[in-house]
Amino acid sequence: MSISVENTQLKAAKKSGNLRRKTIITIFLCIGVLAFVTIAGTMVSHNDLITDFTSKNLAPSMSHLFGTDWLGRDMLLRTLKGLSMSIYIGIFACFLGMIIATVLGLASATMGKHVDSVITFVVDLFLSVPHLLVIIIICVAVGGGLTGVVIGIAATHWTSMTRIIRAEVKQILTSEYVHVARQMGKSRTYIAAKHIFPHIFPQLLIGFISTFPHALLHEASITFLGFGLSPHEPAIGIILSESMKYLAAGYWWLAVLPGLALLIIVVLFDVLGDNIDKLINPKSMHR
Amino acid sequence: MESVLTVENLSISFTQYVKGLEKRELTVISELDLDLKKGEIVAIVGSSGSGKSLLAHAILGILPENATVEGKITYKGEELTEQRKKELRGKEICLIPQSVNYTDPLMKVGKFVQLSVSESKEEAKKRQRKVFEEYGLSKEVDDMYPFQLSGGMIRRVLVSTAAIADSQVIIADEPTPGLDEKALNETLKLFTDLRDKGCSIIMITHDIQAALKIADRIAIFYAGSTLEIANREDFCGNGEHLRHPYTKALWMALPENGFHTLTGSQPSPLQLPKGCLFSDRCHHCDEHCHVKRPDLESVHSGKVRCVKATIIHEHAHEHDGIIHTHKHVHNEGEEEHVS
Amino acid sequence: MYLKAKDITFKYGNKKILDKVNFEIETGQRIGIVAPSGFGKTTFARIIAGYEKGYSGTVETDAQRQEGYNPVQLMFQHPERAVNPKWNMERTVNESWQPPKELYDEMGIKDEWLKRYPNELSGGEIQRFCVIRALNPKTKFLIADEMTTMLDAITTAQIWNVVIKRAERGDIGLLVISHEKSMLDYVCTKVVDLSVINKYSK
Repeated sequence: MSISVENTQLKAAKKSGNLRRKTIITIFLCIGVLAFVTIAGTMVSHNDLITDFTSKNLAPSMSHLFGTDWLGRDMLLRTLKGLSMSIYIGIFACFLGMIIATVLGLASATMGKHVDSVITFVVDLFLSVPHLLVIIIICVAVGGGLTGVVIGIAATHWTSMTRIIRAEVKQILTSEYVHVARQMGKSRTYIAAKHIFPHIFPQLLIGFISTFPHALLHEASITFLGFGLSPHEPAIGIILSESMKYLAAGYWWLAVLPGLALLIIVVLFDVLGDNIDKLINPKSMHR
Repeated sequence: MESVLTVENLSISFTQYVKGLEKRELTVISELDLDLKKGEIVAIVGSSGSGKSLLAHAILGILPENATVEGKITYKGEELTEQRKKELRGKEICLIPQSVNYTDPLMKVGKFVQLSVSESKEEAKKRQRKVFEEYGLSKEVDDMYPFQLSGGMIRRVLVSTAAIADSQVIIADEPTPGLDEKALNETLKLFTDLRDKGCSIIMITHDIQAALKIADRIAIFYAGSTLEIANREDFCGNGEHLRHPYTKALWMALPENGFHTLTGSQPSPLQLPKGCLFSDRCHHCDEHCHVKRPDLESVHSGKVRCVKATIIHEHAHEHDGIIHTHKHVHNEGEEEHVS
Repeated sequence: MYLKAKDITFKYGNKKILDKVNFEIETGQRIGIVAPSGFGKTTFARIIAGYEKGYSGTVETDAQRQEGYNPVQLMFQHPERAVNPKWNMERTVNESWQPPKELYDEMGIKDEWLKRYPNELSGGEIQRFCVIRALNPKTKFLIADEMTTMLDAITTAQIWNVVIKRAERGDIGLLVISHEKSMLDYVCTKVVDLSVINKYSK
């Protein structure tokens, strides 16, 4: 009897597969690729991108996988450098955004009605204006460049996370176990550190990863439009906008391949966020 | 009498991840049997973790994705497949949930109840009005939202969803906890009225006293299995007519019967004993009990899963198998009611 | 030691729920409170346990707060809400104190449960931990608001027998709020009807 039961169990387990293993493998693959791009891009030095008119405007080949541009620079190296720069900017900006979200979310949930309504109003205000517009305004105001882009992106990617944290913290604060802790004479900092933070940390992690693709695309588009990084920077947005001029000349690889690479990076981050969410979310964690 | 719904040898297991990548199969219900006859109320009594709510979910086909169900559920003589469950759910077979949380907070309750009618909108409206009338819910209630209603009204609204769908089988999940005596009797009357109309009702509860007020038969759940199916009349005196030691312990734990406790606790699905599920807490237990799970057998117009049931039944008066852990002197004289 | 509530009045919006309720309990006493739903039993419990503000009247006790620990502790109906889902049971109890092993045994708690998380235990099992958490020696009054309503008869008896013993020894005063009359009759030495001592009546 018990043997046959075990057999059916085994079969059932085989049939459904080990989804968690798949998820974890996907996560590691994504992280691996992203880390590779970031590190490889960082290692590309200025010397690798010197002008070489002997090999300008070459179509993709084995020696230049992404081809070369009108100054004879290798497009693969330029793309890697641009992507890694974008990733750094994205990480920094998202990190800033999460800090803003945590501070404002906590303040909104704990500092009384007035603070709450002001913060909620600001969140609604930011959500009702298109992101790109806000970023352009901030970039222009700050005077463009790296600081402008980082501030612009950070300033537009904290709103939904603020709402999530506000709701989460409010709910935890009214929960019975927090009341119990208070009646045991535990301090506010104790409750924040031991009861609240462990609950919002996973949210922050998922929020961080899922806002990342947005940040990346915004960074690229704002630079593409000319409001962002200066043309001297090896940014992916610069590559794309420059290559527009050469598209008519038939140099398709200048725009298509870097664009595709950017797309892949964005999709990888999306997949990463989804998979981590799957792992943490109690609804799907046991599949 | 014919059975409307029978559950035979049901088992439900869940796949879970333990640590990291290790996947395990957790069997929470095993060898569970139950039958429901037309026009009767069967109460399923068990502590939390005994699997009583999962049975309801299995009958309705609303278990989560990582659950595997084995065994057979038959409705009106035909096997209840997942497809059929979907068709009958909310219509012939209906769940009355425990609380307001199951109603849509943004939907007027009149509309909420109309959803259970598959015919035209006008027809639904007419029938909903009629049912509300029967349950003493005035016309204004139709356009109210759940939060505007009192607890008693909400319960009547929930019951009317079952009444309007002409449900044959109603499963009520924990309908009674936290109710004061008046509300309790009101709620229970809603169920007896439905029974008198020919409905069959499964009442899931941990409250044996509430169950005894209306149920015809009582199924005792323990660690995912049916230990006994008893008749209401069997619960009397010191439990001499009860067949399983656990049922007896449950009966004797009532304050009226002395608040006797029992050492130990219900085994976890991770560590079920090989033999009888109750063996580690039972005072009649001997080597026979550890050999295998006893079958559900008929004893004195009831059913029991205990190899020694017949012997215990006869020697009931000698030893009740329960320890008195706390001698509490109850002083009647001190009691004073200011009512 | 005593816990005294004087002229407690509480309004919810414009609706008066409690009107000049007076109540007194001493350690060693076991008092039950009954009343139909809507008569403010839970509100009253929350007020004397320090959970509710915005009432008029006074709650006095000669039991001292030690390191902020409230000597009046409240027990809830739904144990799974009263514990942090991310903490195991040992950590949950130790947030309050380090109970002796005998208390765990008395409550019928198995050693391996200590390392489990709330979603791996049943409501009855979690409630036993919650009771132990509240039986910190600094607790002088235990307010049990429908503490065993969701539990089966055997667990109910087990929990109450432990708690009654503490009250009989004079360690704590016990205030029990419940609809279950037979249980109150057994557990308490005195049962008060709140709809009578509450001046406001419907």
